[in-house]
Amino acid sequence: MDEILEILEKDARLSVNEIATMLRKKPADVKKAVLKYEKEGIILRYKTIINKELVRDPDTTVRALIEVDITPQKDVGFDKIAERIYSFPEVSSCYLVSGTYDLLLIVEGKDMHTVSNFVAEKLAPMVNVKGTSTHFLMKKYKEDGVILKHKEDHARIAISY
Amino acid sequence: MNDRIAHIVKEMQPSGIRVFFDLVLGMKDVISLGVGEPDFVTPWPIREAGIYSLEQGFTSYTSNKGLYKLRLGISRYLKNKFHLDYCPDEEILITVGVSEGMDLILRAITNPGDKVLVPIPSYVSYGPMTELAGGIPVYIDTEKQKFKLTPADLEKNIDRKTKAIIFNYPANPTGVSYTHKELSEINKVLLKHNVLCISDEIYGDLTYDFEHTSFASLPRAKDNTVYLDGFSKSYAMTGWRVGFACGPKEIIAAMTKIHQYTIMCVPITSQMAAYEALQSGRKPVEEMKREYRRRREFIVDALNQLGLPCMMPQGAFYAFASIKKTGMSSIDFAQALLKNQKVAVVPGNAFGKSGEGYVRMSYASSLDNLKEAVNRISLFLRRETKHG
Repeated sequence: MDEILEILEKDARLSVNEIATMLRKKPADVKKAVLKYEKEGIILRYKTIINKELVRDPDTTVRALIEVDITPQKDVGFDKIAERIYSFPEVSSCYLVSGTYDLLLIVEGKDMHTVSNFVAEKLAPMVNVKGTSTHFLMKKYKEDGVILKHKEDHARIAISY
Repeated sequence: MNDRIAHIVKEMQPSGIRVFFDLVLGMKDVISLGVGEPDFVTPWPIREAGIYSLEQGFTSYTSNKGLYKLRLGISRYLKNKFHLDYCPDEEILITVGVSEGMDLILRAITNPGDKVLVPIPSYVSYGPMTELAGGIPVYIDTEKQKFKLTPADLEKNIDRKTKAIIFNYPANPTGVSYTHKELSEINKVLLKHNVLCISDEIYGDLTYDFEHTSFASLPRAKDNTVYLDGFSKSYAMTGWRVGFACGPKEIIAAMTKIHQYTIMCVPITSQMAAYEALQSGRKPVEEMKREYRRRREFIVDALNQLGLPCMMPQGAFYAFASIKKTGMSSIDFAQALLKNQKVAVVPGNAFGKSGEGYVRMSYASSLDNLKEAVNRISLFLRRETKHG
């Protein structure tokens, strides 16, 4: 992976100038590269990782993993039906997976009832959806490479040779 | 009871900046650029291997020389990396960090009155260790040569009592390192005068602008070199205390003799973890190195812009900046910066008299910390120039 991406993935707040300094490149070249990544959809968005274990957002208090078994459609396979499903705002992630079912969703809602309703009223009745299996998440330990635990930094001795 | 302490210890120069250190340690919310170790924790697979070895009950002594599989691993690693052939049975000794290796080699070779060359500024322990071993440290001032030892300066300082040189590159505190060509020139002088090279290459993996050349891999150098290295800096394993010494077999045998009477062996947990470090590949090392390199560019650029001239260090994780323009001594600068802006740096004179007029700033600290430190130093300099 390009080092510009490596840097931004760690800290998206860094400015073009700062990145240029760190990589000994011209700011204009870094800017060009970043714009290109944005245009190509390699960089999609700049966002902040919030530890939702500490900040409760009432609308996304409950999360569930939902396995969805679907019948693929002629010509378009899974893509069309996946699109219909992932377009619901309740669906925060959607993956096509190998194995005993086809789509794996992460669905968020303010309580179990909301999520159940989504499954019962929106998801399960869809044509092509053969079956669903819902797993409510109980605790998050690690997400996207980030360990969701506020750890005290182990203090190094402030001065050493 | 004035004689309780041995004269040699009593006369040893206590570190002149001890008081400053105590000041730092007693202060809260300090941004410290005074740290001489990585800010990463040891990669998890290595830590896990240490834990697993404890679970398995590996709690005994090991052979004096260290676990055979670790020595074998090191031997293979050096063969692969530097085309160096060290026999794991007779030419490699596992030590408690490079520090122990340094102590052992100095004690193993020094007769009373023998001279040992130490280019300065240097890591703090070289001189005192030489003295404790009964030798005389001969300091070579490198400031005028941009902190690089030149063959001419080297030759000038050699006489018939010169036994060895302690040669550290990339260097703490300056970050200076040497290309293959520069090392070859130094090697020629050492061979000509039969001066042993004690090569401390603990920062070798953190060389940014060219490939690190191991001194022993130079022509005819292997039999004239004791190569000291370890896991502390490259694998972020400072607290585990594992290093190794490689050299001619009679020298390693002599070092092992001292080691077996004083240390016995390196803690087995640490050796097991170090073995895992060799097994688990270079990816974390390379990642950390890239991160250091980026921070290096940031801090050196910032310091130069602030008017604290600083060469681009070729290795390690230190920027060695000149503070001469402020008119302050290193210690005054460090003290005032700490008191006024709560940024800790190490005064250059801690590393020998030719470090006066400089401060060492470690960039083994997060980019956020470095940025904040730069802001504070900038404020500090503005106020100082106003008063001055």
